[in-house]
Amino acid sequence: MSQTMRGTLLFLLVAGLILATGFLQSWNSALLILNMGLISAIMALGVNLQWGFAGLFNVGIMGFVALGGLAVVLTSMPPVGAAWAAGGARMLLALAVGAGAIVAAIFAWKSVTPGRKRALVMTAVLVVGYIVYRQLFDPARAAIEAVNPTLEGYLGGAGLPVVFSWPVGMALAAGAAWLIGKTALGLRSDYLAIATLGISEIIIAVMKNEDWLSRGVKNVNGLPRPMPYEVDLQNDPGFVEAATGYGLDPVTASTLYVKAGYSLYFTVVLILLLVLAQLALRSPWGRMMRAIRDNEVAAAAMGKNIKKRHLQIFVLGSAVCGLAGAMMTTLDGQLTPATYQPLRYTFLIWVMVIIGGSGNNFGAVLGGFLVWFLWVQVEPLGQVFLQVVTSPLTDGSPLKEHLLDGAAYMRLLTMGLLLLVVLRFSPRGLLPER
Amino acid sequence: MTDFLNAFIVLANFVLVPGIAYGSQLALGALGVTLIFAILRFTNIAHGDTMAFGAMITIFVTWALQAAGVSIDPLPTALLALPVGIAATAVLVLATDRFVYQFYRKQKVEPVMLLIVSVGVMFVMNGLVRFIIGPDDQRFTDGERFIISSRTFKEMTGLAEGLAIKTTQGITVVTAILTVAALFWFLNRTRMGKSMRAYSDNEDLALLSGINPERVVAVTWVIVAALATIAGVLYGLDKSFKPFTYFHLLLPVFAAAIVGGLGNPLGAIAGGFVIAFSEVTLTYAFKRVIGYLVPEGMEPSGLVQLLATDYKFAVSFAILVIVLLFKPTGLFAGKNT
Repeated sequence: MSQTMRGTLLFLLVAGLILATGFLQSWNSALLILNMGLISAIMALGVNLQWGFAGLFNVGIMGFVALGGLAVVLTSMPPVGAAWAAGGARMLLALAVGAGAIVAAIFAWKSVTPGRKRALVMTAVLVVGYIVYRQLFDPARAAIEAVNPTLEGYLGGAGLPVVFSWPVGMALAAGAAWLIGKTALGLRSDYLAIATLGISEIIIAVMKNEDWLSRGVKNVNGLPRPMPYEVDLQNDPGFVEAATGYGLDPVTASTLYVKAGYSLYFTVVLILLLVLAQLALRSPWGRMMRAIRDNEVAAAAMGKNIKKRHLQIFVLGSAVCGLAGAMMTTLDGQLTPATYQPLRYTFLIWVMVIIGGSGNNFGAVLGGFLVWFLWVQVEPLGQVFLQVVTSPLTDGSPLKEHLLDGAAYMRLLTMGLLLLVVLRFSPRGLLPER
Repeated sequence: MTDFLNAFIVLANFVLVPGIAYGSQLALGALGVTLIFAILRFTNIAHGDTMAFGAMITIFVTWALQAAGVSIDPLPTALLALPVGIAATAVLVLATDRFVYQFYRKQKVEPVMLLIVSVGVMFVMNGLVRFIIGPDDQRFTDGERFIISSRTFKEMTGLAEGLAIKTTQGITVVTAILTVAALFWFLNRTRMGKSMRAYSDNEDLALLSGINPERVVAVTWVIVAALATIAGVLYGLDKSFKPFTYFHLLLPVFAAAIVGGLGNPLGAIAGGFVIAFSEVTLTYAFKRVIGYLVPEGMEPSGLVQLLATDYKFAVSFAILVIVLLFKPTGLFAGKNT
């Protein structure tokens, strides 16, 4: 069977699975799976850029996804005027001082001759910078967080349409990736893994604790949406008429309409990215990246700048993850920093890329859809499975209750087993790199 | 002088004692990571969940013992259950090695491939632990709570500040010292330990001198299972058991192993304490300590806390990056392959 054939069949299989969900469960769940599948596919494309093209092992995907989510808040929420008046300018000044201290320390490190004097100068710059920064930062933060803390207590955003936040999410993630790449990309693959894991935890910690920025664990609700609200559709006589014309009740029709609208937006983005990724893969640039991945020394001998190329693709891949994160938060309509978990947002994406086929863009997309489908559907299937297994036990026995409660964790087990089986018997994934 | 003593007691109570206990736990965890790296030559992402699994089995046995009325008061019953936990974890990791890692080891795949495989193992172990015991907090500490409580200390010394040492903290340190001593005795004095070090230094030469690689690997896994279980149980006794926190321990544990130099057991111990003390010191509010040390009227108005407690990850990470940038092989030269 040729690979194109195989790919078509596998994609048809996934489409069939989603359609079956629609027929057997409900079209709302089918569209939900499709929407998150599209987003997962985009994340997988981003990781595939880094791992499949360049062999960079990034375990900090969660951090970039979360930065994308933050971008939605910073772009689309209306600015909180009172908070800006209370401490906005001071906060910006404090952040500028903090950044300035770090730049000054790096400058000192580079310009003073090595020795004890250099260490002393750098430490002094950092200590003084930190003290000044805290003196400015603490009152500004207190002032901002005191503004209407139950509903606001943060600076708000720029009040722009929500779709603008997607490129902003890319930019935020790219900026963070550039900083990380500058410091950590020279490291060995397993050190890079731990370093990125750490960075992503820090990004989440910042979003959880800096209430003035993102309201922390108090969450930001009611983000603007690119689609109309269901309630408004139900009150629109034109829409109700059209819905009844198709034989649908207006409530279901409105939820389907909104979800399908999101699907359309996301599909456009995914196709655009997929075309770009394919063009990149086939271009001389893509060949160079794979050459670097396969043999760094040889590529360096051919005059390729390994560090620069690695930084470039690390930034690109992370930007794609940031974009997906912004899209996901737009879909959710709220930013909840406490829900970001490395298992779900980092390692699951890795499972998608490995199972789909690293180095193959279509493979990554396929993995995104397939693994997401399983992630959602294993739980109800596990429930059924455990019902059958525990049927000999008497109802209400503690063991039976306990086993049924555990159904939710079947998905972790299944993902792990799936990854291990694919790695063992088809280590290059379902759609291998050509 | 009393002021100085009071300041020292506050510092000891909130920084030194918890730091030493936490450092011992991290050191034991990091020793496991470093041994796997030295012998099996990969970074084991599943280590945090191995710790959780060992702790979970120990908790079940503890509960069974408690229900049967067995007790070694004033010590916690969990110590009695520990060997069973170690044995079960050893069986689990040996099975994992036999069915998962061995295949890739024979093919001599790249270390990063094994890292990805260990992600799969992590998912399975994570699911297993949550499936069996659930995601919630479990308490299994019993026995005497304090070696010395804050009030007794105040009565004994007449100082204004009290020093409390929890039994679990004392047990953590004593157990860690015994474990490390046994490990070093094993590595340096026994034939098997020497074979392991030889295998770690130069695989081909070790094979040439008739060392059985599969036995070395199996023994390594058993030792790693013991270290992981002990670390997991001590952490659970001292704080509490929650599968989620064990996954998060991965970062400080790895930071400790890398800071000390991956593959170097002595470095892992040092790294554990470096990370633990930096975390505790940087997130502690020094207001009361300084209050005792400066003359009256000059007490600081703020908390004098360098970082909010939630940023403790940032501390392990920052130290990790600084060490990697300035001394890439760690404080004690580790393996570089």
